[in-house]
Amino acid sequence: MVPIIIGMVILGGYFQLRSSAFLSAGNLTNLFIQSTPFILLGMAEIWLLLLGDIDLSVGWVTAVGAAIGVILMDTQFHWKWYLALPVAVIATTAIGALQGLITIVLKAPSFIVTLAGSLFWEGVALYLIDDNNAGGTIPTQGGAIHDIVNSNLTPLVTWIFTLVVAGGMAVIVFNKDRARRASGLDSAPFFETVIKMVLLLGMSIVLVLLFNTNRGYNTAFIHLKIVGMPYAVPIVIAVLALYSFILFKTKAGRYLYAIGGNVEAARRAGVAVNRYRLLAFAMTGFTAGIAGLVYASTLGGISDGIQGGQLVLYGVAAAVIGGTSLYGGRGKMIHALIGGLVIGVIFNGLALIQTSASVEFMATGLVLLAAIAIDAVARRGASAVGR
Amino acid sequence: MPGSPLLSIRGLTKHFGPVEALRYCDLDVPAGVVTALIGDNGAGKSTLIKAIAGIYAPSSGQIFWEGKEVQIHTPRDADELGISTVYQDLALCDNLDIVQNMYLGHEDTKFGLLNEIDMEVETTKLLKDLSVFTVQSVRQLVGSLSGGQRQAIAVARAVMRDTKLVIMDEPTAALGVSQTQLVLDLIKTLASRGIAVLVISHNLTDVFAVADRIAILHLGTLISSGPASDYDTASAVDLITTGGSTRIHSPLASTP
Repeated sequence: MVPIIIGMVILGGYFQLRSSAFLSAGNLTNLFIQSTPFILLGMAEIWLLLLGDIDLSVGWVTAVGAAIGVILMDTQFHWKWYLALPVAVIATTAIGALQGLITIVLKAPSFIVTLAGSLFWEGVALYLIDDNNAGGTIPTQGGAIHDIVNSNLTPLVTWIFTLVVAGGMAVIVFNKDRARRASGLDSAPFFETVIKMVLLLGMSIVLVLLFNTNRGYNTAFIHLKIVGMPYAVPIVIAVLALYSFILFKTKAGRYLYAIGGNVEAARRAGVAVNRYRLLAFAMTGFTAGIAGLVYASTLGGISDGIQGGQLVLYGVAAAVIGGTSLYGGRGKMIHALIGGLVIGVIFNGLALIQTSASVEFMATGLVLLAAIAIDAVARRGASAVGR
Repeated sequence: MPGSPLLSIRGLTKHFGPVEALRYCDLDVPAGVVTALIGDNGAGKSTLIKAIAGIYAPSSGQIFWEGKEVQIHTPRDADELGISTVYQDLALCDNLDIVQNMYLGHEDTKFGLLNEIDMEVETTKLLKDLSVFTVQSVRQLVGSLSGGQRQAIAVARAVMRDTKLVIMDEPTAALGVSQTQLVLDLIKTLASRGIAVLVISHNLTDVFAVADRIAILHLGTLISSGPASDYDTASAVDLITTGGSTRIHSPLASTP
């Protein structure tokens, strides 16, 4: 994970040299917002990558979720957000579970079942979008979906949220260290943990200062003040925290790693393998739904021009660039955050220095290839390295 | 019934269609003793242990556990009696650490969440009890361990939950000299703790190094069993290959 973060910093430095706007508060906030769909799609894929499975339909399932959300809330039915958004996410969860069920019952490779799914849900997404007689575009209309990336926490709430998250993490880490020492187990030196937590706090403060800097326009005629953390950021952090908790602290999480490592061993240990595979497929669908709503927010709606087939590749790329293995059993949810930000930096930076779309694709492809090479080498160089 | 062996098999027969894999086998496995089951390929060793482990239902015959007749239809039945089997492939997850492998499927939880600290403490204690000192940390990934260490972890896992009988299928196959010694020492440790050990092996050197009792299968029939001191390598080879020997060193057998 460290080489990737260093790579990201070098990329950022390069873009800053080419365009002084790169490290501005407005652009970095924008970068976070651009990255959120990739991060969420990466987390969606990690549920299945951990099992050695993959979901190739996730891009179009995301589109279906986005279309359902926008139609229910904004264009046709004008439901309250607390009804419309859950229905959209429940629908994509059901889609994920259905594909999981088919994969398990047929004992078929997940990439084939979800490849079929990808085509099918592409059709469903286009039907939903085009059937609205809106010329192939269904726009958000200033409601909750629009607000996900376009509205912000107040500066005070941004401070409180960030410090509570950082403080909570520090409490968890110190408590774990203390409990291990109390039971006579070895733990990281106290000083080392303190340094890590100070770094975390420092990073949090930098983030808050960044988000709380006015990124609005300020000319002789317009004084537009935009400050605070966009809602999308706490949403991503909440999803990341919940998923990491499930993977590291519950039996379900442990069993997903076990199945990915050696499915026969898991079965003989009494793990209900199919039940947990189904859970992973459903979680992939659930996450795809959230990603869809966030993506619709960044686009201001959803159109029949959405590239669902490419979105899934960015999801897989985000996971693998961050360090999750394609071979199963090795990965963490935080990998999607790192990988998604790398993709965000490339897209944002290349757009800023005004390269053409062709370079964007080539650059992302090369970064993904590098990540896959690292994964393959790590796998060959003994599984001794930590997951 | 005091005095009866932990496990007694009487007249066990197993057909696969017309093929008779086991024919009227009688075998006693006492507690605290290492019993070696030897025989050539296809002699029925695997079929016999799979019948005990609940993977194959016997066609006929009886199994007595602590003197009482029992039916072992599924691996779960065997598990509930206290029978654990370590197969050749060990069934370990390389991507999980030692603690996680030891507790796989039986995780210790506190408020519904994994109780890592207690599991780590218990694992460390158990491995120390079994004298498996060679692992540096119980948080090492199992994929990074040597063959003998992996075998030791699989065995330790098999005995951690009130296990009375451990069945091991070729525990020393494909191990180096010092690794083999590690596993043989572990087998002796288990027996000294009162656990019955049933070992399948091709390696007669290892068998004589570790076994207290020997049982020999030939073409599906259990032709000979008794204390290991009754046999030597030559007589064992005779029995394995031909099903008979004039060289058994038993008080009953005539010595030339």
